[in-house]
Amino acid sequence: MTNRIFAVAVLILLATIATVTASGRGGWTSAQLDQLRSMSLAELESLPQDPTNRVADDPRAADLGRRLFFDTRLSSNGRVACSTCHQVDRGFQDGIALANGVGTTARRTMPIAGVARSPFLFWDGRKDSLWAQALGPLESAVEHGGTRAQYAHVIADSYAREYEQIFGALPDLSQVPLSAGPVTDREAASAWNALSSAQRHDVTRVFVNIGKAIAAYERRIEFAPSRFDKYVDAVTSRQPSPIILTDDEIAGLRLFIGRANCTQCHSGPLLTSNEFHNTGVPPRPQLAIDHGRLTGATAVLGDEFNCRSQWSDARARCSELDFIVTGEHTLDRAYKVPSLRNVAERPPYMDAGQFATLAEVLDHYNRAPAAATGHTELRPLRLTPVELRQIEAFLRTLSGSVVVGGPAAARSAQ
Amino acid sequence: MRDTQRIEKSMIRRTVLTLATLAFAISMTACSHAMMMIHGTGAKRPAASDFGLGPRSSAQGRYVATLEPAKALRPRQMQTVRVTVHDAEGRAIDDAQITIDGGMPQHGHGLPTRPRVTQNLGDGVYEIEGVRFNMGGWWEFKLAIAGSRGADTITFNLDL
Repeated sequence: MTNRIFAVAVLILLATIATVTASGRGGWTSAQLDQLRSMSLAELESLPQDPTNRVADDPRAADLGRRLFFDTRLSSNGRVACSTCHQVDRGFQDGIALANGVGTTARRTMPIAGVARSPFLFWDGRKDSLWAQALGPLESAVEHGGTRAQYAHVIADSYAREYEQIFGALPDLSQVPLSAGPVTDREAASAWNALSSAQRHDVTRVFVNIGKAIAAYERRIEFAPSRFDKYVDAVTSRQPSPIILTDDEIAGLRLFIGRANCTQCHSGPLLTSNEFHNTGVPPRPQLAIDHGRLTGATAVLGDEFNCRSQWSDARARCSELDFIVTGEHTLDRAYKVPSLRNVAERPPYMDAGQFATLAEVLDHYNRAPAAATGHTELRPLRLTPVELRQIEAFLRTLSGSVVVGGPAAARSAQ
Repeated sequence: MRDTQRIEKSMIRRTVLTLATLAFAISMTACSHAMMMIHGTGAKRPAASDFGLGPRSSAQGRYVATLEPAKALRPRQMQTVRVTVHDAEGRAIDDAQITIDGGMPQHGHGLPTRPRVTQNLGDGVYEIEGVRFNMGGWWEFKLAIAGSRGADTITFNLDL
């Protein structure tokens, strides 16, 4: 009996010694090191092709797209471009709660870096490609406020040569009014309805190609490595390095991959699963009821410009649409999980900028209040104020530059 | 002399026992902490031998299925998986209706897509498309099989 107890005791001692040894560098276990590596930008896979956009990787299209992105003539009042809300010097967002185009929207501007890797775009995922996404704001009454006929004329007047080199001959637009499109503006809508179906087709073709050129530019917008990535490089390569993260930041990282459950959604090199979740974020009282992914999933299936549409260049299966989840109560007020890269650089937070600071966001996740509509997936975390500050400190290590020119440029920017 | 040896032996034993008790206490504290960190819903991760692509028997033993992903399973990728279904005697089941479900038991969420069988390739082989696991970790991948041997379910445990 005593011998058996003795044997068990020796085994426990040996197991403890093994565990302590396995803790490895920086006090991380090998499983934790694997997890840290999976979050490093070095693990980012090369940009997937976009079969719906045959000019996605054509540098001439990216160049035209860049010029269109900054062109305020693509708006009803001549003052709004994509770059009005997606500001280059702010990491392609605007720093305000609700975006301002020609009017005020109901949503927070989303940053652009890395989103070419996301199967669905917008907070509710109502678009399934970068080019289809780019077309939405152009026809929104509160964003660019213009019409597809107006934009086709801008191309014919100012970009004809560049456009035709990429997409072939422009249609004859001489009989097309200066403003016409399937928009809420009555005059423009009735002008659109008065056009022949051939004219509508011609105009829409040019409009779609505007989106495809802008998408070719946006695809090249990427994150460069942050302090966190340098830390992961150092700690996983077992090379002696100067102190990259402070003790508080490391404690925050431990909570992030552990007790705070952050990696449940914020996983992978971009720290997002690209999925949709209801986290009980309170709606803004002045805005109309918004059901998030519940309506977004239905909208993308009916979208004029989706992967299955005549405007898509895809020849193969549209897997994202074929296997989409729709109509489930879990989608009610579920919103896109954003990348946490550069998160400290872009307050306010959430789909309508409901939280002004990271501390407010963390407080929300810690308390996990009930959702106003649908059901929150959060559970109270019961973290202490010190632990919340440590997570915030860690989140601040995820900042790096945003570079235009694809992954190669991102790597050389470190 | 004999007494001294006995005392020495018992002292060693006592030291080892004390050290082990201490180590056990410390590691239990650390473990329970780690388990709390991982086990959000309290679901217990199965033993390592319960993981894998099969062959795996159904709950009532009517079928045996094996998964064969077209590409190694990775998080956040849309994937195609072939499943081969036999009966307990190793005969191919050709006429099965298979529906797919799954999720992460420790996180309480299901699959982010609705995968389904898109082709019956014959010889008990079926192609499942639209499979995506949106994060790394323990996933359940469940097949409900209705075939010539009756209805049964198989749950695969996958480690992404």
